[in-house]
Amino acid sequence: MEFLDNTRAWLAYLWAPVSTWLLRPDGAGHKFLLMAVAIILFVVVMGLILLMVDRGRRLPTWVVTLAFVGPAVAFLGFGLVYPAVRTIYASFFNRNGQEFIGLDNYVRAFTQSEFQIVLRNTALWVILVPLVATLIGLVYAVVVDRTRFERVAKTLVFLPMSISMVGAGIIWRFMYEFRQEGATQTGLLNQVLVWLGLQPKQFLMDTPENTFFLIAVMVWIQAGFAMTILAAAIRAIPDDIVEAARLDGLTGIRMFRYITVPSIRPALVVVLTTIAMATLKVFDIVRTMTAGNYQTSVVANEFYTQSFRARDAGFGASLAVILFILVIPIVIYNVRQMRLAEEIR
Amino acid sequence: MTTTPPPPQGFATQTTGEAPGGAPPGRKDARGRFRRRTADAKARLSSPWASGIAIVIAILWTIPTLGLFITSFRPSGDIRADGWWNVLRTPRFTLDNYRDALAGSTNMTEYFVNSIAITLPAVVIPISIALLAAYAFAWIEFPGRNTLFVAVFALQIVPIQITMIPLLSQYNTWGLAGSFWAVWLSHSIFALPLAIFLLHNFMKDIPPSLIEAARVDGAGHVKIFFKVLLPLLVPAIAAFAIFQFLWVWNDLLVALVFAGGPDVRPLTVFIAELAGTRGQTWHLLSAGAFISMVIPVIVFLSLQRYFVRGLLAGSVKG
Repeated sequence: MEFLDNTRAWLAYLWAPVSTWLLRPDGAGHKFLLMAVAIILFVVVMGLILLMVDRGRRLPTWVVTLAFVGPAVAFLGFGLVYPAVRTIYASFFNRNGQEFIGLDNYVRAFTQSEFQIVLRNTALWVILVPLVATLIGLVYAVVVDRTRFERVAKTLVFLPMSISMVGAGIIWRFMYEFRQEGATQTGLLNQVLVWLGLQPKQFLMDTPENTFFLIAVMVWIQAGFAMTILAAAIRAIPDDIVEAARLDGLTGIRMFRYITVPSIRPALVVVLTTIAMATLKVFDIVRTMTAGNYQTSVVANEFYTQSFRARDAGFGASLAVILFILVIPIVIYNVRQMRLAEEIR
Repeated sequence: MTTTPPPPQGFATQTTGEAPGGAPPGRKDARGRFRRRTADAKARLSSPWASGIAIVIAILWTIPTLGLFITSFRPSGDIRADGWWNVLRTPRFTLDNYRDALAGSTNMTEYFVNSIAITLPAVVIPISIALLAAYAFAWIEFPGRNTLFVAVFALQIVPIQITMIPLLSQYNTWGLAGSFWAVWLSHSIFALPLAIFLLHNFMKDIPPSLIEAARVDGAGHVKIFFKVLLPLLVPAIAAFAIFQFLWVWNDLLVALVFAGGPDVRPLTVFIAELAGTRGQTWHLLSAGAFISMVIPVIVFLSLQRYFVRGLLAGSVKG
C-alpha cells in the first residue's frame, strides 16, 4: 500500500511540471514549441498506427479497419454525437440542469415576444441572404464571364470570403458610422445621405430595418461564393444547347432566363442551401456589430448569450436544438433536389 | 469559411469547373468555341447595362474594405475629424495606428502568436486523422462501411453549437479547459466530417487499377497509402488545408467558448472585444482588423486556385 501511494505521489510530482508546460505556455517561443509538439504528436501517432498495421502482415480485416477508422470514429463519437445527445437531453431541464421542466424551454422560445423577434430575424436572414447573395453572384458571374477583366473582377467580389466575419463586421460598422445631424459624418453611407440632402441615420439602432443592414453584410460575404460556383456551372453548359437556342433567336435576358438558369439549376440549389445553412449559424456578424441589441439578435447569437452570459444552460441547449431542427428541412430539400437531378440524368 | 461558409455539401451537378479566371480550355476542339463565346461575352459587355451592373457591383464590393484600409493609415485626429474620402484633401499618412495596435497597451502581437499557434495544429490534426479514415472508406471492404460513411457525411449538418456545453464540461473534467488543447481538439472534431468526405471523394476518383496493380505487387495498405495515394492527393489535401486554415483563423465562436484567457485567445476574439468595449477607437480597430486579415488574404490570394478547386469539389462531386 505504502509503495503504491509513494509511486502515485512520485508520478504526480513528476507530472505536475510536464502538465504545466503542456497546458500553460508562456511567451511566443514556448507557444510555438508546444504547437510543434502537438502536430508531431498526432502525426507520429497516426504513423505508428500505420506501422503496426503494416507489421502484422496477416492481421484480420477488422483490426486493420479499426486502426484506420477508429481514431476518426472516436473523435466524432466523443466530440459530436455524444455532446449532441447530452444537449438535447439538457434542453428539457431548467437553467442549472437540476429540475426536469419538459418542453418549457421550447415554449418560452416560441412564445415570449423577445424570442419571437429572434426567430423572426433568423427567418429573415435565412430567406434573404441566400436569395440576394445568389442573385447578385449569378448576375455578376454572367456579366463578367469571359471578359478581359474577369480575373480581377472575380477576385474583388470573392475576397470578402477570405476575411473573418469579425473583420467584415468592423468594415461595415465603419460604413454605418453615425454622427449627429450637422456634424461631419465619418461613415460613408451617412455622408451619402447628407449629400443627398437627407437626415443621417442610425443604421444599426433603428428597428426594425437595422436587421436588413446586418443582413447586407452577410450578402456581401457570400456573393463571392455563389459567383464562383455558378460561374463554373455556366461554363459547363454544353455548347450545342447554347447554339441551338441562339438559332431559335434567343438572346440577352431571354437566353439567361430560358437556357442559363435551367441548365445550372442543380448548382443553384447547392449554392442556395449551402448559404442558407451558413447563414443559419451566423453569429460573428451580429455579435461584432450590435451584440444582439436593438432587436437584431438571431438564434445562434441568442444561444451564446443564454449559455455563456445569462448562464441558462437549459434554455441555451434548447436554442441549440432549435438551430439543429431548422437545418434539417434545408438538408432534406437539398438531398431531394439532388435525387431529382440524378433521375433526370 | 468563417467567414468561410461551411463548404458545400451536395453532390452531383453536371458542372466540371474551371477555376474563376482560369485558363481557357486548351483542347483543340474547344478553342473555336471558346473564341466564339469570348466574342459573345464582348458583345454582351458592350451592352451598357451589363457593364454598368458589373462596375456597380465591383465598386460596392470594394469600397467598404478600401475605406477602412485608407483609414487605418490616417492619423487618429484626422480619422475623428472627417471621413476617409477626404484623404485627397488632407493626404497625411502614418503607421502609428499599426504600431499602437501591435505594441501599445493593446499588445496584439501576443494574440497574433496565439492565432498562429491555434491554426496550424488545427489544420494538420484533422487532415492526418481524416486521411486514414478516408482511405479505409474508399479502399478497404468492411461490413457496415456504407452506413458508417453516410453517418459521417450526415454529421456535417450538426451545428457546432449543439456540442459546445457538454464538450466544455468534458474538457473541465480532464483539466484541459481553456488551454490550446481544448481549442485544437474542438476544431479538429468539427472539421472531420467534411475532411473525410472531401478526401474520400478524391480517393475514389483514383483509378482502382492503380491500387490493384500495387496490391498484386505485394504492397500492403501502408505502402499503397504512402507510395500510390498520397502523391496523387496533394491537391485535395491542399484544398482542404486552405479551407480549414481560413475557417480556423477567422473563427470567433469556438475561440470564445474554448480559449481561456489572453494567453490562448486569437485575434478574432481580441478584435471583437475591442469593438465591444472601445467601439469608437477607429484608429485601433481599423489597424487591428487589417492585421488580422493580412495572413488569410495572402493565403487566399496565393492559393486561390486550390481553394476554388476545393469549393467546386465539395459542391460538385459526389
